[in-house]
Amino acid sequence: MTISFRNVILAAVVASLYIMVGALDWGIFPGSWNTALTMLNFALIGAIMALGVNLQWGFAGLFNIGIMGFVALGGLAAVLISMPTTPGAFTAGGWYVLIGLGLGVATIVGAVKLYGWLPMGRLRTLITLALIVLGFFAFRSVFDIGVDAIEDINPAATGYLGGLNWGGENYKDNGWLTIVAWPVGGMFAAGAAWVIGKTALGLRSDYLAIATLGIAEIIIAIIKNEDWLSRGVKNVNGLPRPVPYEIDLQNDPGFVESAAAWGLDPVNASTLFTKTSYALMFTVVLVILLILAQRALSSPWGRMMRAIRDNEVAAEAMGKHVTARHLQIFILGSAICGIAGAMMTTLDSQLSPTSYQPLRFTFLIWVMVIVGGSGNNFGAVLGGFLIWWLWIMVEPLGVLIAEYTTAGFAEDHWFRIRMEDAAAHFRLFTMGLVLLLVLRFSPRGLMPEK
Amino acid sequence: MDFLNAIVAFSNFVVVPGMAYGAQLALGALGVTLIYGILRFSNFAHGDTMAFGTAMTILVTNGLLALGITFGPLPTALLALPVGIIATCLLVLGTDKLVYKFYRKQKAAPVILVIVSMGVMFIMNGVVRFIIGVRDIRFADGERFIVSARDFKAMTGLKEGLAIKTTQGITVVVAVIVVAVLFWFLNKTRTGKSMRAFSDNEDLALLSGINPERVVMVTWMIVAALATTAGVLYGLDKSFKAFTYFQLLLPIFASAIVGGLGNPLGAIAGGFVIAFSEVTITYAFKKVLIYLLPENLEPSGLVQLLSTDYKFAVSFTILIIVLLFKPTGLFKGQSV
Repeated sequence: MTISFRNVILAAVVASLYIMVGALDWGIFPGSWNTALTMLNFALIGAIMALGVNLQWGFAGLFNIGIMGFVALGGLAAVLISMPTTPGAFTAGGWYVLIGLGLGVATIVGAVKLYGWLPMGRLRTLITLALIVLGFFAFRSVFDIGVDAIEDINPAATGYLGGLNWGGENYKDNGWLTIVAWPVGGMFAAGAAWVIGKTALGLRSDYLAIATLGIAEIIIAIIKNEDWLSRGVKNVNGLPRPVPYEIDLQNDPGFVESAAAWGLDPVNASTLFTKTSYALMFTVVLVILLILAQRALSSPWGRMMRAIRDNEVAAEAMGKHVTARHLQIFILGSAICGIAGAMMTTLDSQLSPTSYQPLRFTFLIWVMVIVGGSGNNFGAVLGGFLIWWLWIMVEPLGVLIAEYTTAGFAEDHWFRIRMEDAAAHFRLFTMGLVLLLVLRFSPRGLMPEK
Repeated sequence: MDFLNAIVAFSNFVVVPGMAYGAQLALGALGVTLIYGILRFSNFAHGDTMAFGTAMTILVTNGLLALGITFGPLPTALLALPVGIIATCLLVLGTDKLVYKFYRKQKAAPVILVIVSMGVMFIMNGVVRFIIGVRDIRFADGERFIVSARDFKAMTGLKEGLAIKTTQGITVVVAVIVVAVLFWFLNKTRTGKSMRAFSDNEDLALLSGINPERVVMVTWMIVAALATTAGVLYGLDKSFKAFTYFQLLLPIFASAIVGGLGNPLGAIAGGFVIAFSEVTITYAFKKVLIYLLPENLEPSGLVQLLSTDYKFAVSFTILIIVLLFKPTGLFKGQSV
């Protein structure tokens, strides 16, 4: 792609928005580099998710609104890889759980096979149903024993299988394992996307949308309820980190000295250091994915994808296997969301399933892609940064507006109370407004596809 | 006797709540299905339209209560409902004029309209939270029960009680009235017939001189009435919370699709299918089985097929199964 003047300006504007958060202490700007870096880290993750969605929507025209589910699967991978193994949990119930799950999968596969094999008629439906019901009870009877055994092990602290970290008490020394979890999170999401794609991709666009929305809810429900897997709503805290801990840095005389040379106090310097490390790692991932996506877009494969998007019938007539290509790109895009999800759980150092809200993890990412410019990778990334900035900054802006508009009213006037309460909800309104305005006046986004 | 007890327990915990929930879903799904039939897109803002209507009704209810007006044994919210419907009508007509009309004129692809409705969803969500906040609000007043469990036990001498809440009774009665009026309207009146014609074949309808803008306007008004009624009934039965209404979108869509998108009869059937499967599959059958089985076979666990938190999973599993085996839904819906 040739670098156009307009795009450079846009990127510079968005970059300056973040710099202003760090440098300016005025109005809505906190003037804290710490805040700016936190925002930047989440924006990087958001940009990666937007890249994944752009692959599906921008390249192939697939309407996936189950992003939240893939993100959560990535988060689950981070837990399963990097947390210490719970001693005795696997011997207590691991086999029961595995065999139970095996029975469940066997039932589904068996039912599908049987349904295809039996001759048509009412008998077929009845036999298949009977197999499913029997299989379900067999699955529950084995599975529940294992689940109870695992959840009984020190439920206050563990009560779950734990991860693959062999470090035991000192599991936090193996912080690099979380980085291993990122591609694994991508693979988890890809696996789920394969199953979903196999079943739902033949459907019409808005059926696919609703199916993905529902499956995302199911994934969240599973993560919330299967305590043996990731402690459910009890959350998994204290994931190991790939970057040094602030407290270790503060106790390191060498670090304190170099911080002093920069004119920073140790506490501030240590948080800045860890956040910058995260930012650098995330940037590396983003750049790699961006290069790959950009190469894919301009390759023959990318041209074929766009041809399928623009006219499925014509592409099929040219001998392209539309459903298989859709499945391919659906898996790729979802995998990117999974990677981003694992990265986010790493950044948070915890997995809390209740924090997965569709407005925040699905629809917001869509706003990023649409505003940035669907079909343009750079656009999606730009949209990610811009919309995340807006998402965060709208709240202080709402408070500011509330202050100005209510300045003339008494402390206990209903309008004042209402406005102060409402400032927090300004976010959703603004996001909707931005989305509608862009769709209406610049439907191709800020950086349109060429 | 044990058999009767089992039936009563089953009715109390599954049939009655299922009926009420099914009626609420059916009303919601009717709105979604009408939009789909006439305007040809899946309206993601429907849950938030319901929330808006309910929020308005709650405000008016509070106003009425402050004036000392109540509806006797019935909830005051029923008196406030017409005002809520009018407010919601104005909201959706305004939205249509400001937002959807532009894309309709452009003949934009349905998926674009879906994305647009996502934007509207965000805005409405924000507006509702702005108006009424995010707290859980209970606004049911009047008598709590039509039949309370204790009265039922005294009356029949059974060990199990059957309780029917007033809100559950009202839900079913109101739903029946609304559905009857709607079907009368769609089948007997000129406007209703032109709506059905428009939904069946847009070009043919235009050729026969049907004014599309008028059809669209009437559709939005009906949808506003349905959404507000569904929302108020759900809120009376359970409670009002902005976020819950957004989540209701999922079972409502499932109902509409399971029944066949664009088919009003299907929406009603779908609502009850989804509601009953959710309630049945997440109900702990221990109590019922204790009465039915001989003592030595009594279950030790709760005999709950899935935990209650999986109720969304249930509706979606049904949705996926129906989509795979009968893509147009149980009743023949449209497939564009």
